[in-house]
Amino acid sequence: MISQPAQDDRGADVADGPSGTGSRGTRILGLVVLAGIALGAYLALVSSPPDVNMGDSVRLIYLHVPVVTVAYLACGLVTVASVMYLWKKSAWWDVTAAASAEIGLVFTCLTLVTGAIWGKPTWGTFWVWDPRLTATAMLALLLFGYQAVRHLPGDPTSRARRSAIVGLLVLPNVFLDNRAVTWWRSLHQGTTILNTLQPKIHDQMAFALVFNIFVGLLLAAWLMIHRWRLAWLEQQVEVAELDEAIAERRAEGAAPGTPAPGTPTPAATPTPATPTVADPTPATPTPASPTPASTSARTEVQP
Amino acid sequence: MEPAVHLRAAVSLLGRFPALAGVDLDVARGEIVLLQGPNGAGKSTLLRTLAGLHPVVSGTAEVLGHDLRRDRRSVRRQVGLLGHATMLYDELTVADNIRFWARAAHADPVDAEAAVVALGLGGRLRSVAVSRLSAGQRRRASIAVLVARRPELWLLDEPHAGLDAEARDTVDDLVRRAVTAGATVMVASHELERAHALAGRVVTITSGVIEPAPVVEPAPVVEPAPVVEAAPVVEPGPVVEAAPVVEPAPVVEAAPVVEPGPVVAPDGAPVPTETTGGTTRVP
Amino acid sequence: MFRDALAVAGKDLRIEARSRVALNQVAPFALLVLILFAFALDPDSGVLHSATPGLYWVAVLFCAVLAIQRAFAIESADANQDALRLSGLEPAGIFLGKMLAICAQLAALEVLLGLGVVVLYNSPPTGWLLLVVTCVAATAGIAAAGTLYGVLAAGLRVRETLLPLLLLPVLAPVLIGSTRAFEAARNSTPSQGWPWVGLLVVFAVGYTVFGAFGFGPLLEES
Repeated sequence: MISQPAQDDRGADVADGPSGTGSRGTRILGLVVLAGIALGAYLALVSSPPDVNMGDSVRLIYLHVPVVTVAYLACGLVTVASVMYLWKKSAWWDVTAAASAEIGLVFTCLTLVTGAIWGKPTWGTFWVWDPRLTATAMLALLLFGYQAVRHLPGDPTSRARRSAIVGLLVLPNVFLDNRAVTWWRSLHQGTTILNTLQPKIHDQMAFALVFNIFVGLLLAAWLMIHRWRLAWLEQQVEVAELDEAIAERRAEGAAPGTPAPGTPTPAATPTPATPTVADPTPATPTPASPTPASTSARTEVQP
Repeated sequence: MEPAVHLRAAVSLLGRFPALAGVDLDVARGEIVLLQGPNGAGKSTLLRTLAGLHPVVSGTAEVLGHDLRRDRRSVRRQVGLLGHATMLYDELTVADNIRFWARAAHADPVDAEAAVVALGLGGRLRSVAVSRLSAGQRRRASIAVLVARRPELWLLDEPHAGLDAEARDTVDDLVRRAVTAGATVMVASHELERAHALAGRVVTITSGVIEPAPVVEPAPVVEPAPVVEAAPVVEPGPVVEAAPVVEPAPVVEAAPVVEPGPVVAPDGAPVPTETTGGTTRVP
Repeated sequence: MFRDALAVAGKDLRIEARSRVALNQVAPFALLVLILFAFALDPDSGVLHSATPGLYWVAVLFCAVLAIQRAFAIESADANQDALRLSGLEPAGIFLGKMLAICAQLAALEVLLGLGVVVLYNSPPTGWLLLVVTCVAATAGIAAAGTLYGVLAAGLRVRETLLPLLLLPVLAPVLIGSTRAFEAARNSTPSQGWPWVGLLVVFAVGYTVFGAFGFGPLLEES
């Protein structure tokens, strides 16, 4: 899970010309998370007792509940970040919304999957129209919609604003969905099956559960930091591309065939010199971003 | 009074593409400015940016006293843009369209009526659905909408395209009258002949940047060469020669866009080139 | 703002009157959906009858998606969106106007679907007051949310696929609420239905208010 090149051991700040999104802080955090997962797994699978009713299948809640917690927290964060972006107009919040939406979507899908896996031995079916499960499915759909909007073409500012307005509505919609679905399902008292969703939690199980929730949150934080930095770097690349594109455009009118003057890329020129073509798509940089000089000047990352 | 347009190193984006890559431009109130340049240079984008439609991401951009970088919506009421698309609802009639857009702009119905009549859309055409008009008639309807609004800044993108000679004259006339009443006009056109007659000043834009050409008389772009379609009108000489493309044959009306203009002798004697017998106006 | 709204609503309805798309295309589609349900579910087993409220509202939602797409398709042609931005109309007014026009069209479609359901599924209506109020509240909510997400999807090439993806999850509470209200009306237990109407009203008011504010920025970015 920790995939960092051995190089920048020096500072925790990504501003030293990153080739990855790792840093000392995240490496430590990652190790802690790994240890936590190991310990949590032990607690969940070995040391905590099986449930009287459900037997060993109850152990899935040690995975399911943390995942649910992260999913809903991420969803809340999307809404908060969207509101903050619309208020403060700072790119920091926009990137936060993007990162948390993606993590939220992954964890929401995990919630559905773990819920289904738990459902089979417990209820005999993969899916029941349990209010929470159903509301989670709706959340997944809302986040899919958010992702679709986020990936629409356009300049960063308009993309950010559009996404912010959609993201703002995620939490209210989830809330409304939740209310409606819960209310709806509560009308059907026939499903005593719902009661089996609440296993009695003894002390040891409680401890294991809380511990695993905590580990889950740490894992989410680790993922969030990396995803956030990645998104931030992507934005920096866009800004750099814009500068290049401007210089290229100006050079179009000058002698054709000359490379764009004053481009911020010192060594490697990722774009071939085709200045006579008014190409509306900016040149895609090569993966190992050859613009460390400009990004380092701009990247001020706070996890 | 502040200038109508003041741009310094303005960069404007079309999605992620910098259509304007650092434009410097000053236009005083009451001027008529011709904007010319090759295709893809950014003429349309410049006009649309001045109308507040595209974001200006860096530099300075002030139009009619409004700062476009802070709020590009406030300037729109005072600006009239004539673009390539008609900006009319196809299913509605001319009258419906004019009424709706005039109401939207809080224009005086009297002005709207006058505009309709001035552009020859009164009478039968008034109740024809826009989809059934010819291209030239639709253009005239779009112009009527603009005229009815009485904007302070006119931004005309190829206003003469698709119009017959009479309509072109009408447009020129309306422009001049608007300027007399205090408006400022910017015209982007490939019809250099007619536009030069209209404009007080020429500005050339290439690759998203305005070339610092001498701003004085209606001098054309210097390059005799590549991309410009029409023949530039050169200084007084015996015969306006430079155009290899022009023949003093009757220019057929149906030709929509960018035809070279008729040959005009510099001493003012009109050379009748239209079969309708109208004379070309010479300033 | 209300003047602008009326102008825009009038314009939209006039366009519909001239082009008759809702009449000629969406209305037959509505009936088609009802018939398709009958094909999918055995008409003899009484399933159609008992499922009528739900089927009705699902059909309404499908028609709503079409109506909203049409409402914005007329703006995407000929740079009319630019024209709207330049026009000097207040964005909140444009929002309300479009919402009203969509409400009017949906109301007509709902009446038609109601007739269809009565005839095709043999489900005579009972509890009129509850039915009508539910329809009003649900329609307002659908139109408000639809106008907001519709403008988002409007200028895009992917709008036909994006709009349903965005809108239908959002309208889930409306579907649940209106279906339950209709069931209550049918079972002659209206007291169970009115709380659901409350949910619908909250939804409608919330989205109308939010839409009025959010429409402007989204119109800019489309």
